[in-house]
Amino acid sequence: MYRYDSYDQAMVDARVEEFRDQARRRLEGKLTEDQFKPLRLMNGLYLQLHAYMLRVAIPYGTLDSRQMLMLADIAEKYDRGYGHFTTRQNIQYNWIKLEDAADILADLATVEMHAIQTSGNCIRNISSDHFAGAAADEVVDPRPYAELMRQWSSFHPEFTYLPRKFKIAVIASEKDRAAMRLHDIGVRIVKRDGEIGAQFYAGGGMGRTPMIAPLIRDFVPIDQFITYAEACLRVYNRYGRRDNKYKARIKILVHELGAAEYIRQVEEEFAHLLSVGVEPPREELARIAAHFADPAFVDGPKTLDRSDPDFALWVDRNTHRHKHDAYVSAVISLKPAGGIPGDATAEQMRVVAKLAKDYSFDELRVMHTQNLLLPHVAIRDLHAVWSALDAAGLGAPNMDTIEDIIACPGLDYCSLANARSIPLAQRISERFAETGRTEVVGELKLKISGCINACGHHHAGHIGILGVDKKGTENYQLSLGGSEAEDVSLAKITGPGFDEDGVIAAVEKVTDVYLAARTEGERFLDTYRRIGMEPFKEALYGQ
Amino acid sequence: MKILTGNDLRSGAVTWWNGSGWSLFVDDAVDVGEEAEEILAREEAARRVNVPYAIEASIDAAGHVRPAHIKDRVRALGPTVRRDLAVPTADKTGWDWVI
Amino acid sequence: MGNDLGQSPDEVQFRFRDDEPVDHAAVTVDSCCDQTNATAVRIEPGDDARVLLPFLDRLALVEVNFPVFGDGRGYSSARILREAGYTGELRAVGAVLIDQLSHMRRCGFDSFAPDKRLDEEDAARAFATWENVYQRAADARATIADKRHEA
Repeated sequence: MYRYDSYDQAMVDARVEEFRDQARRRLEGKLTEDQFKPLRLMNGLYLQLHAYMLRVAIPYGTLDSRQMLMLADIAEKYDRGYGHFTTRQNIQYNWIKLEDAADILADLATVEMHAIQTSGNCIRNISSDHFAGAAADEVVDPRPYAELMRQWSSFHPEFTYLPRKFKIAVIASEKDRAAMRLHDIGVRIVKRDGEIGAQFYAGGGMGRTPMIAPLIRDFVPIDQFITYAEACLRVYNRYGRRDNKYKARIKILVHELGAAEYIRQVEEEFAHLLSVGVEPPREELARIAAHFADPAFVDGPKTLDRSDPDFALWVDRNTHRHKHDAYVSAVISLKPAGGIPGDATAEQMRVVAKLAKDYSFDELRVMHTQNLLLPHVAIRDLHAVWSALDAAGLGAPNMDTIEDIIACPGLDYCSLANARSIPLAQRISERFAETGRTEVVGELKLKISGCINACGHHHAGHIGILGVDKKGTENYQLSLGGSEAEDVSLAKITGPGFDEDGVIAAVEKVTDVYLAARTEGERFLDTYRRIGMEPFKEALYGQ
Repeated sequence: MKILTGNDLRSGAVTWWNGSGWSLFVDDAVDVGEEAEEILAREEAARRVNVPYAIEASIDAAGHVRPAHIKDRVRALGPTVRRDLAVPTADKTGWDWVI
Repeated sequence: MGNDLGQSPDEVQFRFRDDEPVDHAAVTVDSCCDQTNATAVRIEPGDDARVLLPFLDRLALVEVNFPVFGDGRGYSSARILREAGYTGELRAVGAVLIDQLSHMRRCGFDSFAPDKRLDEEDAARAFATWENVYQRAADARATIADKRHEA
């Protein structure tokens, strides 16, 4: 994986000192809260319901055991013993003090980590496929391209006060495991006639106006990759709406201009920037890519002893095919039935760190589903890994099932939320686990947001739940048919909302409809797409 | 009644105006009546509180202060899903009325 | 003639040039295009800086106004002018804050007229924040990647 050189380290160290100085000026009264807010946000520091919240970047989701151990230490030293992994490959701490923030950033910098641009109206943490470098189906490892973008986007002088936040995902396979087309810019690295290049999508996003990003260029030669991204951003910075923050994302610009006109403007700017010369030297990509060379995989057994049914179930559910046939990628579920999606205690982080060191070439991933991943586990070691995970409460065999719920922090933590998300996730996962329906229902992606900002990706859920405020009480809207994957689609609302008990019953009802209607091999989403909304509506609202 | 709340600038902790300073306990909150704007401006300028605001609240039969809106009730007590991390309070019935 | 902005030039607090400052007020972009003798112009956030490209030779001062610090269009305007070869004074005016100085400098600004005077010590520290830089920008500094791959 990528290692900082003295330049990268100096940049992060300089940022820590810059922030320390900004915090000092805030505490001395030289900065008002209005002036300080964008500065703290660009260092990941929010003011939430109960305290400051710090969002730490895990660029393209990759980290090693040393870094995970530091995340555990920070949870204990500065927070309340736990952290929350997010859908964009970040970790959030919920109980941070402003006066500690610079020290935390300094601690992070000692392990090549930071909170740079994890919030604010700037280019955010670059996310990627959690199986990058391990998946059998990728064209190349997308992470070198993501790292090139990380460096380009960090402290970008022109794009620090964009109209609104800007999220980029980079993948390199047909399968989309990063919700790429629901990003402001989605990049797919492709190979054409032996040449590597980048396919660009722009103007996707969730929030209050969900949109699927249209393709804006089928192939950007890789030695013009950053130049093209710069052109996309410049057009957005100049013409994205600034009169209304709810219409300021690039998706609105692309929508209002029309993709064709946005493309025309980008192409014009691209041609200009090619003449200016903003692309990093060619050798830089090669230098970065060398950091992502395969670890020393060794041949070994390709089958395993399935006599323990619990182990066999976990293998079936939570492992993913690896490009080397003696290995798999193993998903560490942060979704125990009844648990808080994405939360991990310091102790659990340490267990995971040790497993990564012992069994996965010292590598870990944070998944967009709020789980963790050991990317390279030898099949011969799988039972030992599972046993250790199970003992730590991390062995839930539920990847991509209805228990594997994405949920935002909701009204339990977030100052923007209108309703709680976590209790719903807890009750639904508990209920399906207890009744044994999880396995019967199979793949079903349930996503819950506590407000219209859609951090819980409800628009992209096979089943989505949106919490709203209805005259001072929590109310939940149900939607069906969304997907964040390569078959991307936006969910449609079923009808009137429900209270907490009502929406849990409604989720059971729609799974009943699915189970009754499905044909062989159909997932919930497939059945929904075949039979449409009506049968579900009938079950929910019919007489 | 009208009470004032905000977050402590340094720690971020939720605080409530008790008439002379900022308390961690909602039960200490006092009715500020018409003085809300004046106190908010003064206290924020002095950096004794961050982004403070006025809210509606009532006092129950047992004398506990109950913010009107669910968001401020969650702020008063802590995350409903981590009651082990709740703000220590004399109001043992707090979780009964938060939602 | 009512075309200028009706005010004297804002007070320049930081200037990284040796030539004599322009001593008259800047006109709007529209006026600049009409008035063949204007040598100073002020760009507002909604103005297209490219409209000025035909007139760069006669301009000695371009002010880029930041009515609010969070509106970042002026950063693009500045870079566009420098990319087009403008070598005159490029001045950031308005809501210019300490923590924007280094980025503005990178985008090609070489003078600064904040509407509220900045602490000199804090500003000096801000200008010096970044010993190295990741991106190419208007300041022509060698990037980190350039340095990594120097022959």
